[in-house]
Amino acid sequence: MGEVSTAGSGAGSGVGARVRRKEDDRLLRGRGRFVGDIALVGMKELAFVRSPVAHATITGIEIPEEHRGAVFTWADLAAGGVKPIRAVSGLPGFKVSEQPALADGKVRFVGEPVAVCVAATRAEAEDIAASVFVDYAELPVNSDMLEAVTPGAPKVHDHWPDNVFLETNVGGNIAEIAATAPVKVSRTIRTARQCMVPLEGKGVVAHWDRHVEQLVLTTSTQMPHIVRAGLSECLDLDQGLIRVVAPDVGGGFGWKGLLQPEEIVAAWIAMRLDRPVRWTEDRREHLVAAANAREHHYEITAYADARGRLLGIEADAWVDAGAYSVYPFSACLEAAQVGSILPGPYDFAHYRCRTFSVCTNKPPIVPYRGVARTGVCFAMEQMIDAVADAVGREPWQVRLENLVPPEKMPFDNVTRKHFDSGDYPESVRRAVAAIELEGWRARQKAGEPDGRLIGVGFATYCEQSAHGTAVYHGWGIPMVPGHEQAQARITPDGGLELRVGVQSHGQSMETTFAQVAHEVLGIPLEKIKLVHGDTGLTPYSTGTWGSRSMVMAGGAVATACRTLAERLRKIGAHLMQAGPDGAVLEGGSVKAGAAAVTIREIAHTWYRAPQLLPADVDRGGLEVTAGYKPGSDHGTFSYATHAVAVAVDPEIGQVEILDYVVVEDAGTMVNPMVVDGQIYGGVAQGVGTALYERMPYDAEGQPLASTFADYLIPGFTEVPHVRIIHMLTPSPYTEFGVKGIGEGGAIAPPAAICNAINDALKPLGVIVTNAPMTPEVILSAIAGKRGAA
Amino acid sequence: MKAVDFDYAQPATLDAALELLSREDVMVRPVAGSQSLGPMLNLRLAQPELLVDITRIAELRTIRREGDRLVIGACVTHARLEDGDYPDVTRGVLPSVAAVIAYRAVRNRGTIGGSLAHADPAADWVNVLTALGADVVIAGTGGRRSVPMTDFILGVFETALQPGEIVAEIHVPALSDRARWGYYKVCRKTGEFSHATGAVLIDPARGVQRCVAGATSGKPVVIDGPALFAGGCTEAAMAAHLAGSPAADDPIALRTHTVALKRAIAQVMS
Repeated sequence: MGEVSTAGSGAGSGVGARVRRKEDDRLLRGRGRFVGDIALVGMKELAFVRSPVAHATITGIEIPEEHRGAVFTWADLAAGGVKPIRAVSGLPGFKVSEQPALADGKVRFVGEPVAVCVAATRAEAEDIAASVFVDYAELPVNSDMLEAVTPGAPKVHDHWPDNVFLETNVGGNIAEIAATAPVKVSRTIRTARQCMVPLEGKGVVAHWDRHVEQLVLTTSTQMPHIVRAGLSECLDLDQGLIRVVAPDVGGGFGWKGLLQPEEIVAAWIAMRLDRPVRWTEDRREHLVAAANAREHHYEITAYADARGRLLGIEADAWVDAGAYSVYPFSACLEAAQVGSILPGPYDFAHYRCRTFSVCTNKPPIVPYRGVARTGVCFAMEQMIDAVADAVGREPWQVRLENLVPPEKMPFDNVTRKHFDSGDYPESVRRAVAAIELEGWRARQKAGEPDGRLIGVGFATYCEQSAHGTAVYHGWGIPMVPGHEQAQARITPDGGLELRVGVQSHGQSMETTFAQVAHEVLGIPLEKIKLVHGDTGLTPYSTGTWGSRSMVMAGGAVATACRTLAERLRKIGAHLMQAGPDGAVLEGGSVKAGAAAVTIREIAHTWYRAPQLLPADVDRGGLEVTAGYKPGSDHGTFSYATHAVAVAVDPEIGQVEILDYVVVEDAGTMVNPMVVDGQIYGGVAQGVGTALYERMPYDAEGQPLASTFADYLIPGFTEVPHVRIIHMLTPSPYTEFGVKGIGEGGAIAPPAAICNAINDALKPLGVIVTNAPMTPEVILSAIAGKRGAA
Repeated sequence: MKAVDFDYAQPATLDAALELLSREDVMVRPVAGSQSLGPMLNLRLAQPELLVDITRIAELRTIRREGDRLVIGACVTHARLEDGDYPDVTRGVLPSVAAVIAYRAVRNRGTIGGSLAHADPAADWVNVLTALGADVVIAGTGGRRSVPMTDFILGVFETALQPGEIVAEIHVPALSDRARWGYYKVCRKTGEFSHATGAVLIDPARGVQRCVAGATSGKPVVIDGPALFAGGCTEAAMAAHLAGSPAADDPIALRTHTVALKRAIAQVMS
């Protein structure tokens, strides 16, 4: 456990090599197999009747006579013993919501499933859905989280005293600093509600396999084992009677990291009708019924000395958690994270944060790439720039003033986060140099011929990833990860099968886990097969989330392979009639002096010629299941500084990104190309959060965007060419020193871009504090100043 | 998000198409590139019983010079206008504007006639062809009629087309050698719908000094004469020209429309 290796020279195809992805041959040729590609004999398609109103009592559901038998409601499911989804946070004071898979007499957000329709094709199922008449008695709506917590606000859940899932208080001891600090700056900061828009939406095929007597759910998920647990609870079916399989999955980002009501419905229908059924989420369903990420509101104050040294941070934060608590992350993960990670990568002593997970008539909030960090970084990094402005220093200088210095590593911060390693200030210095700040400052002074305003912005964060047991227990999440397990099996022909319970949907695990195994065993990548995402074939895992898979499952793969290596070495030594101590496993062979025996020969001996084995051979053979946890339960801390130069057109409010630099430290990189890919993708999504993506709601809780014509995401021309500079501080606690990196790219862009825009707007004396920073937001800020002048 | 069940016909001649389109026993709609109608079908905002695909009608896919005009068939795609395999009489207006319509994938299928028939105020051709002074030739079972652009677009998604009629041709007048034009649109991102469009044309030989403000939640606003070119493109002036449009009452929208037109004007003045 926690063994540190300096392996990974980058040569060959082991840890550190920029190996091309094994999965691309399949995926880039369009030969993947997604839910939409599956065809089972007799399969029916499902379409959902969804609520067109945000809050209402259902007073009647009329199903046309000719469609009886093809339409099902909660009454049918409940009669069949189906239970609502309950995701109960362990934090004291949490209020429990019950989410029936189909509405039970009441709807609480637009898009909530009310009934399900079954037909031979999706179009026919939609025809039936259009013929179902639901009578809604509309109720007052909570469309805004700040209004939902005011006295007299309509209640989303009737039996609750208010609309707050949970209130938390972190820290304290701020009053004295507040009274005496030389510098005090306050901001109101907000991030918009977003959709995650993976290329492939959700989708599920369910059928009952009569041969193995199992419900088989092939679903576009990040966490098959957790979906199985949730299905078992809601369907009251033993887990042994359920197999959950993730086929190729076209992006998740968190949207596929939960138990979906539609999965429960599909499973139940398949059993009820005894035939395969499929549901595929279409883009409109996704935009309307799954606008479920990122919505935070901060009232935040920073206290500092005259140099900009932070003395304390005080904040109230509201998170719009939507109508229900999602399984397994609950309605409170986001706000619990806000409370514990708002201090960011900085070293200061005084902190108080109150958080509210607010229940509203919107889709339930789901952790999206970066989870609360994107909002937290957006808030905290604006405060750093605000302090810098107040004390008249460059924002990067104030970052250097406050970042945890390398000599203090490992470091426990004000919320007792254990930063494992790294040189945070150096990431800022390199970003300042790489973006060529002085050049931009000169250009700012000279002015642009087209009248646009130049700005440069920075944002620094550290990202806790591969969260450990204590961390998740502390956040009250009803799914605490423990040891991660991997199976490694030498095949009779000397190849290797790896089985992991995490699921790869863009993370390149088929390549990178093979690289880890190759590093230990020397077996060529093409002879290593990863089996993942299938409860029937893999060890239990909480799945792929929280930038955990390389640290946790990669660590388990390495651990299992090491055990295999030792067994191979002993058998190999025996075959060469060498003493076990003189033999080494190297380059896929066991060697003793000039003699060598390949893994293939050893495998043949174990499986086909066991008469040649030593008498004391390990009875476990060439198959190992190993569990792994890093040496620290706090998770790893990767970190980065993003620097961006923008041009703001003050006449039309548009922002062009002129240059974008990421200086990041992922520890040891198993495959730097894959790390780069994660960063590029993350930054693209971060640009969306910063400049484009927002699901607007009207006062009646109606989502005002339902296609990509209204919900804008960045395209080719909006995503900058990102220049990445790697730092490389191995984590002291993990196999090879790796750190989680999957989410990081999406964390800093809104903060860095916001700071750059405000730098540009400085001559106009205005700031923007809300994301996305649309032309309307920027022009309103400018117009406000003009109006006031 | 699947369309309702509908029948589909792909006639080879204009007469056959018009006959189908005149049927009164079914709800019938013409379709060309399907770049606007396609999504509307899938969203079930349009639920026709019969779709008449007019893109196989050869005469609707031709471009030809006729005296001082260029005659463009309704089913000519934006991509073809972008690529320019025709005698451009517009000093680059047609290929330049075509190149900034949505994305190439849309341009490969979307047609000039379909764009006009759809009459989205943010559409490029709706505003540019108005600035150019083009005429639209409409075909129906009763024959053909020619309508100037200013009378063809009547409002948001509203045109002079009567039931059973389709756009057959667009007649674009040739610009003189000294004509200058400008085009500027404000889009949130490349290929997205315009929030404010400015299209301007100065053609002294033909006595044209024309500004068009588009994407105004109504038909294109045409402002003829020298005033705006002579530094008169101010928010106050635009408020008067846009009177009655929601853009006139929203300070940010008004500003954006003014800037779009001002920048289009700057292109011809530079």
